[in-house]
Amino acid sequence: MNRWIWVCLTLLPLVAQAEVKEFTLANGLKVVIQEDHRAPVVVSQVWYRAGALDEVNGKTGVAHVLEHMMFKGTKQVPAGQFSRLIAAAGGKENAFTGMDYTCYFQQLEKSNLPLSMRLEADRMQNLQITDEEFAKEIKVVMEERRWRTEDKPQSKVNEQFQAIAFRAHPYARPVVGHMNDLENMTAEDAREWYRTWYAPNNATLVVVGDIKTDEVLKLAKQYFGPIKSHKLPARKPQVEPAQLGERRAIVKAPGKLPYLAMGFHAPALVFKPEQSETSWEPYALEVLAGVLSGNDSARLNQKLVRETALASDVGAGYDTTSRGQQSLFELVGTPSEGKTVAELEAALLAQIELIKTGGVTQNELDRVKASVIAADVYQRDSMFYQAMQLGQLETMGYPWTLIKEYPEKLKAVTSEQIQAVAKKYLTKDNMTVVTLDPQPIDPNAKPQGKPHVH
Amino acid sequence: MFKLSISILVCLFSLTAHAALNIQHWQTASGTRVYFVENHDLPIVDVSINFPAGSARDTQANSGVASVTRYMMTLGAGGMNEEAITNAFADIGAVFNGEFDLDRAGFKLRTLTSEQDKALDTFNKVLHAPDFPATVLEREKVRIVSGLQESATQPESISNKLFMQALYGEHPYSLDESGEIDTINAIKVQDLRRFYQTYYTAKSAVIALIGDMTPAQARAIADQMSSGLPQGAAIDRLEPVPALGAPVVKSVAHPASQAHILVGQPGIKRGDADYFPLYVGNYILGGGGFVSRLTEEVREKRGLVYSVYSYFMPMAESGPFQIGLQTKKEQANDALKLVNEVVQKFVQNGVTDKELKAAKSNLIGGFPMRIDSNSKILDYLSVIGFYQLPLTYLDEFNTQIAKVTALQIKDAFQRRVKPDHFVTVIVGAQ
Repeated sequence: MNRWIWVCLTLLPLVAQAEVKEFTLANGLKVVIQEDHRAPVVVSQVWYRAGALDEVNGKTGVAHVLEHMMFKGTKQVPAGQFSRLIAAAGGKENAFTGMDYTCYFQQLEKSNLPLSMRLEADRMQNLQITDEEFAKEIKVVMEERRWRTEDKPQSKVNEQFQAIAFRAHPYARPVVGHMNDLENMTAEDAREWYRTWYAPNNATLVVVGDIKTDEVLKLAKQYFGPIKSHKLPARKPQVEPAQLGERRAIVKAPGKLPYLAMGFHAPALVFKPEQSETSWEPYALEVLAGVLSGNDSARLNQKLVRETALASDVGAGYDTTSRGQQSLFELVGTPSEGKTVAELEAALLAQIELIKTGGVTQNELDRVKASVIAADVYQRDSMFYQAMQLGQLETMGYPWTLIKEYPEKLKAVTSEQIQAVAKKYLTKDNMTVVTLDPQPIDPNAKPQGKPHVH
Repeated sequence: MFKLSISILVCLFSLTAHAALNIQHWQTASGTRVYFVENHDLPIVDVSINFPAGSARDTQANSGVASVTRYMMTLGAGGMNEEAITNAFADIGAVFNGEFDLDRAGFKLRTLTSEQDKALDTFNKVLHAPDFPATVLEREKVRIVSGLQESATQPESISNKLFMQALYGEHPYSLDESGEIDTINAIKVQDLRRFYQTYYTAKSAVIALIGDMTPAQARAIADQMSSGLPQGAAIDRLEPVPALGAPVVKSVAHPASQAHILVGQPGIKRGDADYFPLYVGNYILGGGGFVSRLTEEVREKRGLVYSVYSYFMPMAESGPFQIGLQTKKEQANDALKLVNEVVQKFVQNGVTDKELKAAKSNLIGGFPMRIDSNSKILDYLSVIGFYQLPLTYLDEFNTQIAKVTALQIKDAFQRRVKPDHFVTVIVGAQ
């Protein structure tokens, strides 16, 4: 019987959330399952612990290129058939690559879960990368880079920002890869990547939906169980050396408005918090980001956009989790007409100074906490989002149980802790600033502003 | 073996997964249409209200008034200033946003059940008593103008603007949703008040509700939202969109590395008799992600693009039928030629039985994912209500898809899609 009608008739409160169950198969594949019976659908995701973080110079972008090649066929399922089979079953599917991982997903009516597992298990072990398919697909990826980065001024700033904020750590490299590396990439580079990282012992299967845990586990064993594990290369710790003074760069690109991206090296949540005395710091940084730009009345927008009209847009951001154990606390913004990026930079730093000296108010803390409590409930309206969280955490190296502790940890943050992390990390010597210098789109027009003297 | 077992699965669930939604519909005493789905799975209440107050209600002389009215309603109401409004929602973790397009302007609220009274109190102030503070308006005008100046330099927004102008000429669908620099600069508080009084009326409003409410609670919420709205007349329909008479090509230089190309014509209305044949046909042409003909020919076989697509956007009057792609400048002409060949061949010859079967099994089999969350259902409710689609629209969706024949698709495309009269916009032409 249909779930929605049943719910309407009986008015049963079903707020209790099903437990997440985690298993590891003999070949090392992790399986994370969460039952969610609100609709007769299922989300299935396969996460590989392989992303831009694992790339080497000269081959940037290969993790993402391989993601594209994963749709290009196996012996049993020729190129393009993966998508056709999922589509014929009514499914949606795609994949994405990040610094820390590559993820493949399908959303299906629940009875089609075996199809998704069969296809994913097949391409986990039997991918065929032909020179011919590679030659076409690398052109697609170069078009993607042009669209995503080359022709988007703010993306270029962000790419430059990562590149100079990190000197040694691989987070300096763009996920989509440098154009030069894409132009010189070979099918063998993609094959090597696949051989190295695509193995059950480097992957996590996440299934969320209207399914039974034991049945999913049975299917996982049936389809993924026979795949052989292999030895993974040793992953060496990659630690960014301490920054010894501020770093700056300018990006010129066609546009009208300038743009400012500034950031500070900051820690991410550690994998073993019990062995660290500063494991609370990321939570304080997260709450600080919320106090600065959690909503339109938060400090940065209220002061700099609304009250002083110095900026037309501002924001703050920070990622608490990362596989590379590095994070950045970032401030971005666009100055108002007639204002400069230098004025905006000074105003943003003045807001940080206010935090350092005066802390934050109880109202501000309560507001961030309220949003955390509510978001914890709202996210249950989306199975995809729930699966994303589980897969991300597992792949980065955190226990999924972090999701449970997370709201409590954020709620425990005090004003003093926020002041402490602001003083410790948001310092000039730890700062990277990249600005966009907009150029006229008509090549014959005179450049705006003062000419740059060389 | 593979293919066989899949076709069996598809047959099975196309019969069983015919999910019906129990939509309750009524009209408030003030004349607002209400659409409600009760669901107590999560302690969440979702509400939206929409008005026929999109950018099509602007004229060339006051372009932007519609969008600024909606936006300014959120920046001061019932004596609360913008800071107090945002904080009132943030204090209880409520999420307040909304939508704005050619046809509609509206607001959306998501709140925990336990906080719904507080959330709705502020929500209703925005709906019923916008203050349109003059100083805030002046500040926002400067911001909007900056945004328009930036858009005028970016290939994607340049191409969209040229495309809509060429498609719609004098019709208000041609107007930029955000307005023009001159018309934004000219907006006065009085313009916003007048627009609000005219278009945000109870008789024109459509309320959608889903979540943790009883029918009685939903009625009370809807009554409260509706009763405080301006009590003016219902809003007239828009003028029909004239068909294109002759092909138009607009070519603009730009320093970007890719050319942005848009091709199309005015398409169809909501509730159009040809909707389902065109929808299924377009899935095959350029709507079906990785499996469409356009993606197959332009991306998969030749690697010319990252993205190529086509869609019909049904609106109150004929919304755009749009084909889009971005490709390296040097190969833009080749890619465009190929796209035109694919479309012409499609219109001329229609679809194969195999393609039709695959399209139907995707659209029918994918139905459960259309309504697998409250937020998706809320959006369906507001579209069904705003465009007065049958209450059984979702229930009958699969039946309508299943009925479509290859002949109907060919016939509908030949009558409705005229490649000889297409508008073509190329930004970043060589």
